[in-house]
Amino acid sequence: MLRLRAWHEVLDTIMATTLTPSSRPVQETSLQDTNEQSPAAGQATGPRISITVDDTRKVKPPHVKAAVENLNFYYGEHRALKNLTIPIADKQVTALIGPSGCGKSTFLRCFNRMHDLQPNTRYEGSITLYPDKLNLVGPGVDPIEVRMRIGMVFQKPNPFPKSIFENVAYGLRLRGVRSRATLAEEVEKALRGAALWDEVKDRLDDSALALSGGQMQRLCIARALATTPEILLFDEPTSALDPIATAKIEELISTLRDRVTVLIVTHNMQQAARVSDYTAFMYLGEIIEFDEAAKIFTNPSKKATEDYITGRYG
Amino acid sequence: MSTSSASYRDIDALRQDLSRRKLIDQLFVIVGLIVMLACLAILAVLFIDLIRDGAPRFGWDFFTNFASRKPERAGILAAWVGTSLIMLVTAFCAVPVGVAAAIYLEEYAPKNWFTAIIEINVTNLAGVPSIVYGLLALGLFVYQFDLGQSIAAAGFTLALLILPIVIVATREAIRAVPNAIREAAYGLGATRWEVTKDHVLPYSTGGILTGMILGLSRAIGETAPIITIGALSFIAFLPQSPVKGEFPFLSFEWLKDPFTAMPIQMFNWVSRPDPEFQANAAAAGAILLGMTLLMNGVAIWIRYRYRKKINW
Amino acid sequence: MISRSALRYRKLRDRVVESFLLLAGLVAVFTTIAIVAILLIESSAFFEHVSLVEFFTDTMWTPLFADAHYGILPLVAGTLTTTLVALAVAVPLGTTIAIYLSEFAPTQVRETVKPILELLGAVPTVVYGYFALTMVTPVLQKLIPELPGFNMLSAGLVIGLMIVPYVSSLSEDAMRAVPRYMREGSYAMGATRLQTALRVVVPGAFSGLAAAFILGISRAVGETMVVAIAAGMQPNFTFDPREPAATITAYIVQVSLGDLPHGSIGYQSIFAAGLVLMAITLVFNVIGFSLTRRFREAY
Repeated sequence: MLRLRAWHEVLDTIMATTLTPSSRPVQETSLQDTNEQSPAAGQATGPRISITVDDTRKVKPPHVKAAVENLNFYYGEHRALKNLTIPIADKQVTALIGPSGCGKSTFLRCFNRMHDLQPNTRYEGSITLYPDKLNLVGPGVDPIEVRMRIGMVFQKPNPFPKSIFENVAYGLRLRGVRSRATLAEEVEKALRGAALWDEVKDRLDDSALALSGGQMQRLCIARALATTPEILLFDEPTSALDPIATAKIEELISTLRDRVTVLIVTHNMQQAARVSDYTAFMYLGEIIEFDEAAKIFTNPSKKATEDYITGRYG
Repeated sequence: MSTSSASYRDIDALRQDLSRRKLIDQLFVIVGLIVMLACLAILAVLFIDLIRDGAPRFGWDFFTNFASRKPERAGILAAWVGTSLIMLVTAFCAVPVGVAAAIYLEEYAPKNWFTAIIEINVTNLAGVPSIVYGLLALGLFVYQFDLGQSIAAAGFTLALLILPIVIVATREAIRAVPNAIREAAYGLGATRWEVTKDHVLPYSTGGILTGMILGLSRAIGETAPIITIGALSFIAFLPQSPVKGEFPFLSFEWLKDPFTAMPIQMFNWVSRPDPEFQANAAAAGAILLGMTLLMNGVAIWIRYRYRKKINW
Repeated sequence: MISRSALRYRKLRDRVVESFLLLAGLVAVFTTIAIVAILLIESSAFFEHVSLVEFFTDTMWTPLFADAHYGILPLVAGTLTTTLVALAVAVPLGTTIAIYLSEFAPTQVRETVKPILELLGAVPTVVYGYFALTMVTPVLQKLIPELPGFNMLSAGLVIGLMIVPYVSSLSEDAMRAVPRYMREGSYAMGATRLQTALRVVVPGAFSGLAAAFILGISRAVGETMVVAIAAGMQPNFTFDPREPAATITAYIVQVSLGDLPHGSIGYQSIFAAGLVLMAITLVFNVIGFSLTRRFREAY
């Protein structure tokens, strides 16, 4: 059993040696022969995840979609994230848990550079996005490009004050898509993907603000899905919702796993246990433990993790 | 490579499109800056132009001479004295009433239809064109109250005109005082008035002062309502002095005197076809504009200082 | 030790003060009543001589001539024309500045520029009139050689400039009230600042922006000195901004400058004109304020 501290060394070796042949840069591949569902993510990605090397249950561990290495984040002089290093598994759900103020949302917002909207913020280290090995927090990397490739769903449902259709079409319109047919097709696909199509197909031109809280949140998921993001970030997506709506969102996240890499912040441990494949426990801006969800929630290796999971923590 | 339907998924196309969108973004920043700077530049041009056109008139005589048919001998003595006295009346009426009304609305008024009517009235009065106040004054002060075309009538008119400004500014200042302060005072057994006069008012002085100055700076430049009540533009005497040699030393006879004011004097000169008088108009305008800008500057400074000083 | 009588005195004082404060609050109500009453009383005397039909359909306004006509239309046309010209300036400029300040400018720039910009709105209108007559009109005459010395174009442009800070300040307030999570939703989709501003913030603040424009209209309609100085004071039934014309406000000034006897029809006519002016601005104000209120409730 390998501990987290040693994990990234393993990752380094694997990266250096066992790059799978399919991990060529995306520019070389033609879009026509890619998977229609999610072309960019359909490409083979980075090295395979390897945490519990002695685990024989998983014959073929998933690839790495993004590798976080020595990530530090600063608000002015305040160091909010400290040397974070974890892999994000491709087409899997990774959950970030921890007490409030532990930096899990701050960490999440590094992935699509939301921090760049505030002055005096600074990243150190890297988040390498496979397959093209783009460092998401690299100084020369455009935050807007990052946000176009990595979607986000927020804590409070935040549909725009527009029609349901226009909300979902927003990302495509930003990208200059004008063909009504393409838009209609993609909007339907995204709404189906977010399990909202049947509820709204007859009133696509109604205001999004007329939807219920849970529907709004699924609309926001559809909005993010419409542009086929490579990673979808969820920032406590159910904290403003009732239990029934929450269950629907959780179910949706489980099905999304086939199409997109999911990273979810949640303060609800049952939720993390239900939806995630991998879980990272954070405390005071550090990652205390990262492992398969099953392992974290049944047999954590750190005392702090165990205390938090069993509710002995605050 | 397919570019027709799925180009938004191609990273290269996406980057190209992004650089175009960012270019538009930057272009807008430039346009925004230009528009903003142009507006500020116009303010500067306006001021400089007034000073340049009026330059030949600036001098001691301009302040100590009465209006005259000869442009080079005409001055603004009656105008600035008139404006000062009107401002005195306006401030004495508008500030106490405005502050009191604001205190009532913020601290005392119950939430009912009656309070709502007062509030709607205040908002609405702020939007009434100034010349309508002039008509009110003409009908009410000049003829009904028989004040005639006097300093008092002008002062009262402008006081009504700036009342909404004083009320709104005072309410904002009062609202900025946190409720915890009021509760602390109530907790010690203070009455509402005691809470107001010992805490709320002293802590909101800055905002109230700002509102007062902004209101007066509006009043000082108002022309239309004073024209409507019939200010004379050619006055070759001063109102009676407010200070007397014998007991009770103060006199209010000046309130009933006819008057002229700075903006009226300027308007009168602007309307003359003789270009020589345009220089007089420019000089009067420069002084008027200087006074307004100064008052606004002071108001901004006070607001800035108080905001820095108090940290709730 | 509590002194009951002292407490009673303090409570009594509180009540007395309250009634004084209420009285001050009522001044606003009395002012409104007085305005409406004066306008109605004096106009009703006017309408004893002039029929409403003539007032609203005659295309001539010559109350001071021997051949007197009392058609308000020329004055309304002048008011409308100058207002439209003003809006053509104030809406694009004001909105651009508001978008820039609310969505692009760093906090420090915004905090510095806003008060300076508001100075533009504080300049006495008679100074703006001088500006229009002696600076703007000559420049315009170089572009349009046949432009007369008095014209509505120059007055309208300057009024527009005058209300730019008003429109931009109200619009910026409206845009800043659009909640941050709405913007974040857009930025997270990869939108640029301008795309977020135009596609999310502006639609989100729409009723607030509409209120800003409508209150701007009300300002322009009520503006007096600029038109009185720069547009000439001759009633002229035209919508051509290049021509001189009188607005409702300019007419009131023109009559006030003369020495009309109290109670004459000329004297009463300015109250009738004032009533129309009051009605127009009231409609715009009510629409504007209700839009603002609706906007505040939305967020």
